[in-house]
Amino acid sequence: MSKRTTETRSVVVERDIPFPPEKIWRALTQPHLIEEWLMKNDFKPVVDHSFSFRREPQANWSGVVDCRVLAAEPNKTLSYTWGTLGLESVVTWTLTPTGTGTHLRMERTGFRPDQAQNYAGATHGWQKFLSNLEQVLVPTD
Amino acid sequence: MPETQDILFRTLADPTRRAIFERLCREGEQTVGALTAPSGVSQPAVSKHLGVLKLAGLVRDRHAGRQTHYSAQLGALAPLIDWTSQMAGFWQRRFDHLEDLLKRMDQ
Repeated sequence: MSKRTTETRSVVVERDIPFPPEKIWRALTQPHLIEEWLMKNDFKPVVDHSFSFRREPQANWSGVVDCRVLAAEPNKTLSYTWGTLGLESVVTWTLTPTGTGTHLRMERTGFRPDQAQNYAGATHGWQKFLSNLEQVLVPTD
Repeated sequence: MPETQDILFRTLADPTRRAIFERLCREGEQTVGALTAPSGVSQPAVSKHLGVLKLAGLVRDRHAGRQTHYSAQLGALAPLIDWTSQMAGFWQRRFDHLEDLLKRMDQ
């Protein structure tokens, strides 16, 4: 496994949002609000809390994302692991106040290949894997 | 496109090589001999493909006696997942929904 892979920066989305960090923090951390824009969940903003995001099961995919809170600093930063299909990545939210609201940044950083290696490749063929991916990444909304 | 993605796309673009990788994903660890039998390709050619897959981080080899066993490394697919995720706009759409929600929320 090359070191490069572990260092790959994956997905970054940034937006200026015309609301204060406190309000965005609520949307990011209260389960009934999270559900409205992301998925059903049993999230708590407590470090080490294990939780999951759930959507309706799909063919070849349980519809479950297994997560664990890594950091939760109110109104500033929130970070959790994001595990699907045996591959774990980390989602980090950063809230920075601006004159007119908040700069919100989401970064999903690299997978941890050492963990992925433990996952039995035999259970997911390449075709299955990609069709699962599609279901994970393209929600039916 | 980052270099890692270049390597992965290039490595998996070859149908024979991709078939070897798919077989390792489906069936787990295999020796070169076992991979050669159904492939319709010579053993040296299979070995060469495995070498390329290994360079891309897609397979790992394990030596046991005179045999070398190869296994698929799903973690190496991460950059492709990143790419797919980026292209599919998953998080962009989440942000759209989040903004809609914020507009509906009290204070």
